[in-house]
Amino acid sequence: MALPLSSKITIIFSIFTILSTRFVSCNNGRRLNNDPLEAEFNSFSVPLEHSFEVDDVANFEVRGALVLKAGREPSVSLAQQQLSEYDRAKLKEVAAVDGLYRIRVPRVLLQADRQTERLMDGHLTAFVRACAMVESHLSDVITLHTDVAGHLIGVSIVTIPGACRGSEVEDEVDLEAFNTTLSIMAPVNAPGPETALFLERMELETEKKGKNPQEQKSFFAKYWYLILGGAIFLMVSNSAQPPAGGEREQS
Amino acid sequence: MLTTITNPQRRRINFRLPLCAEEVKVSAMAKLIFLWLKCLVSCCIVEAVFEDQVGKFDWRQQYVGKIRFSHFDSHVQSSKKVLMATEKNVFAALNTRTGELFWRHVDKTGPEGNIDAFLLHGQDALLVVGNGRLLRSWDISVGGLNWEVVLDSGSFQSACLIGQQDTVKHVAVLKKTVISVHYLSNGHQKWIENLPESENIDYQALYSGGNGEVYVLGIVPHSHIAIVVYSMEDGEIIKQTSVEAPWLSNIQTSCAVVGQGMITCVDSLTMSLYTLDMHTQSKMTQIPLQSLGLEVTPHFHPVLVSHQPNAAHQPLSEFLLQLGPEHHLLLQLNSGQMVVLRDFKPALLASFATAGEKTVTAVMSPKNKTACSLSLFNAETGRRLLDTTQFLSIDPNVGKPESIYVQAFLKKDDSVSYRVLVQTEDHTLTFIHLPGRVMWTREEALSEVVTMEMVELPLTGTQAELEGEFGKKADGLLSMVLKRLSSQLILLQAWVSHLWKLFYDARKPRSQVKNEISIENLSRDEFNLQKMMVMVTASGKLFGIDSKTGSILWKQYLNNVPSNAAFKLMVQRTTAHFPHPPQCTLLIKDKDTGLATLHVFNPIFGKKSHITPPALTQPILQSLMLPLMDQDYAKVLLLIDDQYKVTAFPSSKNVLQQLQETASFIFFYLMDSSQGRLSGYRLRMDLSTEQIWEVIIPTEIQKVVTVKGKRSNEHVHSQGRVMGDRSVLYKYLNPNLLAVVTESTDVHQERSFIGILLIDGVTGRIIHEAVQRKAKGPVHVVHSENWVVYEYWSTKSRRNEFSVIELYEGMELYNSTVFSSLDRPHAPHVLQQSYIFPSAISAMEATLTEKGITSRHLLIGLPSGGILSLPKMFLDPRRPEIVSEQSREENLIPYAPELLIRTEWFINYNQSVSRVRGIHTAPSGLESTCLVVAYGLDIYQTRVYPSKQFDVLKDDYDYMLISSVLFALFFATMISKRLAEVKLLNRAWR
Repeated sequence: MALPLSSKITIIFSIFTILSTRFVSCNNGRRLNNDPLEAEFNSFSVPLEHSFEVDDVANFEVRGALVLKAGREPSVSLAQQQLSEYDRAKLKEVAAVDGLYRIRVPRVLLQADRQTERLMDGHLTAFVRACAMVESHLSDVITLHTDVAGHLIGVSIVTIPGACRGSEVEDEVDLEAFNTTLSIMAPVNAPGPETALFLERMELETEKKGKNPQEQKSFFAKYWYLILGGAIFLMVSNSAQPPAGGEREQS
Repeated sequence: MLTTITNPQRRRINFRLPLCAEEVKVSAMAKLIFLWLKCLVSCCIVEAVFEDQVGKFDWRQQYVGKIRFSHFDSHVQSSKKVLMATEKNVFAALNTRTGELFWRHVDKTGPEGNIDAFLLHGQDALLVVGNGRLLRSWDISVGGLNWEVVLDSGSFQSACLIGQQDTVKHVAVLKKTVISVHYLSNGHQKWIENLPESENIDYQALYSGGNGEVYVLGIVPHSHIAIVVYSMEDGEIIKQTSVEAPWLSNIQTSCAVVGQGMITCVDSLTMSLYTLDMHTQSKMTQIPLQSLGLEVTPHFHPVLVSHQPNAAHQPLSEFLLQLGPEHHLLLQLNSGQMVVLRDFKPALLASFATAGEKTVTAVMSPKNKTACSLSLFNAETGRRLLDTTQFLSIDPNVGKPESIYVQAFLKKDDSVSYRVLVQTEDHTLTFIHLPGRVMWTREEALSEVVTMEMVELPLTGTQAELEGEFGKKADGLLSMVLKRLSSQLILLQAWVSHLWKLFYDARKPRSQVKNEISIENLSRDEFNLQKMMVMVTASGKLFGIDSKTGSILWKQYLNNVPSNAAFKLMVQRTTAHFPHPPQCTLLIKDKDTGLATLHVFNPIFGKKSHITPPALTQPILQSLMLPLMDQDYAKVLLLIDDQYKVTAFPSSKNVLQQLQETASFIFFYLMDSSQGRLSGYRLRMDLSTEQIWEVIIPTEIQKVVTVKGKRSNEHVHSQGRVMGDRSVLYKYLNPNLLAVVTESTDVHQERSFIGILLIDGVTGRIIHEAVQRKAKGPVHVVHSENWVVYEYWSTKSRRNEFSVIELYEGMELYNSTVFSSLDRPHAPHVLQQSYIFPSAISAMEATLTEKGITSRHLLIGLPSGGILSLPKMFLDPRRPEIVSEQSREENLIPYAPELLIRTEWFINYNQSVSRVRGIHTAPSGLESTCLVVAYGLDIYQTRVYPSKQFDVLKDDYDYMLISSVLFALFFATMISKRLAEVKLLNRAWR
């Protein structure tokens, strides 16, 4: 962040040229997008795996491929197959015994420059109840979370609707294709104390006060009626009491 | 309803702390803000103590910690002071008659304030502080500082007073490479000299015999001793010798100077004593212990103790030698001749003491398991003094005596008598007067409370009797009638005795009526304001303290607690389940090995329960208290070991069956901060577990410092907040939510940050992830209801800042009947706001009340000793920047970046609490009242009323007026009714 933008771009480009020469054989000459160099350098794919077993022992199989696009604003897209007939039957079976539907993604570093640095050992896992998966007709929301440096730290999955009401899914077609909403979330910056805005507002307030003619009046102008009232009261109370005390004072 | 107040005129106490430098700096801005806030705050709750309420609902106990050095004030004959420098960096004077503090000085924590040496000369106490950084002189009569000098850098080795011609005017401080001599009167340096060959020789000890010379003893381990003699006048080296000593490795632990400058050392390998006359000899004389008929206990390092009653004179030629854990000897070295004066065996402890010209040796010897005897011996002859033996009983709950400090004094007939201060393993101080009379005890273990719980007191005997009647199963009509009659009879009896007591007490003057609280008459009061505080201390001693008075009702010392133990205290059964006794479980875990033990006890009486806890052979990773109960109403405790197997306690059949039924709903999380791995597990039927989610926070970037869930006994009364336009904003009340706080590994002030993750503990879903940039720890977090408050240090602005996160579901609830982490697909709305806080903080906690109706306050322990009660409404992310009609309707305070510390918010007025380490809050039976205990070096207990006492009548409530009005109305109705009747009758006749 501290580096100026231009220098960053040059660095990225120089790294890229090194990379592209090295990994040219892996690319198979496939060119996407209108900016092929950029896309090829930034995006890479990792498998999204899922597991649902009747005995609840995890056995992960590939569900699809997550295409992660690193960069200032990382994005992600998912290419996934339909569920096979066997899998559909199994999923319903697991749902019937209230088993879990788990997913996992490998730990990756989005911001790394080299392919080898991207993958780290270990996986991030999450789960939903299999029945929720079935009853929502495979409509799930998967969110990937990164930390400040672009490491993937967590994955979460929820289905919409999330409840298990025990309703039967009759139509097999409903369980064929995933209806996935996918997003990637970086940490938000927590706000600090808003001093500047507050001071500005205070200044405005004092200015407003200064402009208000009511406030600029002198003390007597503002409170003349109170002073007058007080004076009258004093006079009345003095005249009401004959100056007996005064005489005593003089003597 | 509370106590009646005699003094009708009350004044508010305003204990304003002096402005510190930083405060002045920001005061210009603060003034502006203050003006703005003034009008706003005036409508807020104002809390303060009235003068006549001081000490009524609160108490404070001050502690000093475990003694490191202690001296009796012998300057004045009738002095009643004992001075002590402690491991907690506290220097204090206690009253020997009562055990109360005269004065106390609390220094910095850690090595910076560490007290290295303590020398007492007349009325001056000299302290070397912070590894030889400072030399201080205190006036012990009032506890004022005479002077303080900063010493040259270098690690501290030794210090001693230097006498010359019967007067002591100087103090010498020996460091690694230099020796300096200072005047006692003003601390000015007389001279400072570099030590010769200090890179090779390890100088360790100082000695002065009162003849104007200073001896510095150094050592080259396993080679030779180097002796450098300095002239007192100008610091010139008079003499420099080196003596062969290939067997010696450390002077401080093996040697002492005895008599006329005789270095005496003991070596366990060669089983010999070595002596050397520093003035004349150049070779050490070996005296085999066997020639004296002695031998060392195997694997024991022998210790030599000499005694120099006056720094202007030479030490005594008698000294103490400890050869085994229970074997002490009094020896005399006279013109090269070693004589055994007395062999004390068995003897636990021995110590010298001087009264006038007489020096005595006090020896403590074990008698049997529960008692030991203490006697005085003449130091010169080794003869036992008459009438000085006393017997002390040793409580098995106290631990072995660790050290004794003897105050000897001359009686009128010139015989020696003594008092003794005994410190035991559990950090208890006991002061004993001659016929074995305990004058006072202090529980210094309470200076280091680790964790605590507040347990409700049991019902009284009669209440319990009634309760028991309903609890038992019915067995026939007749017996039930009899039972009812008998319990009614008991009630009647109790009532009569109560009346009798009232009548009896009424005749006595008020001052004599004492409500002494003992373990027998403990019972719950009407509003449950009095509770039992169960405190766990670092030394492994447990205490039961009455929250009303602060008196210790029971104590229990656990012998087998490792020094680095972590404790977790859980209440498994409260007092609500009569006749089953309440039950607490303490999990004691060795931090290194992870092995844990359970101590199950009754929190009211402190007795160990007869229930045998499960033996835990594997290291324990996590413990979990379930809301499930067994047939005896004890909550189930689950312990997860490093094989991810679960042990249940209690593990009766009933419990196991319940666990099997509910296994699929029992989730728990484990945190491995060394790998940044946060993982969730689910219980299986067979009490094994399966991992269901995993979040990994790379440790290269940030490390997890805190994981904080919500308190299980917290109640939230309202599900939402009513907005200005009468719609409702629903709170996101996830009981499984965890607040994970991380700190960056990069400590550079531009790049360091603090991360806050809100993770659902069941599903592992990251609800919110935020980063506070340019900030660093230590972070204090409070997590409650739908909010998280944390405090950090902003490296950019160099100030402490508070931040609050609140979570809302939105305008409608997803499922209003029940919350399930598994079925809450929509992420909550997250609001956050930050504020400047003008002080650092040392502990933070939120108030807690019975039903959660009362508004919440944050209780903040400040390093200055104050405990601040900050209304949560000041930490509300919905505070508007610009005031609108709606926000005014909602009673939101307009946003101001600075949180002010108002002096009325200090709940402990002038009762400063030193080094607050934790604050514990507990609900009482009154919804408005929350019980608060702050603990650190001191313990402070009080009550707070965050929304004032809305459910209590005022103290000055006019009962007379209201009842007389009622009666008058009643009679008026009666009379008018009668009149109306008469009138009606008359009309009917007409």
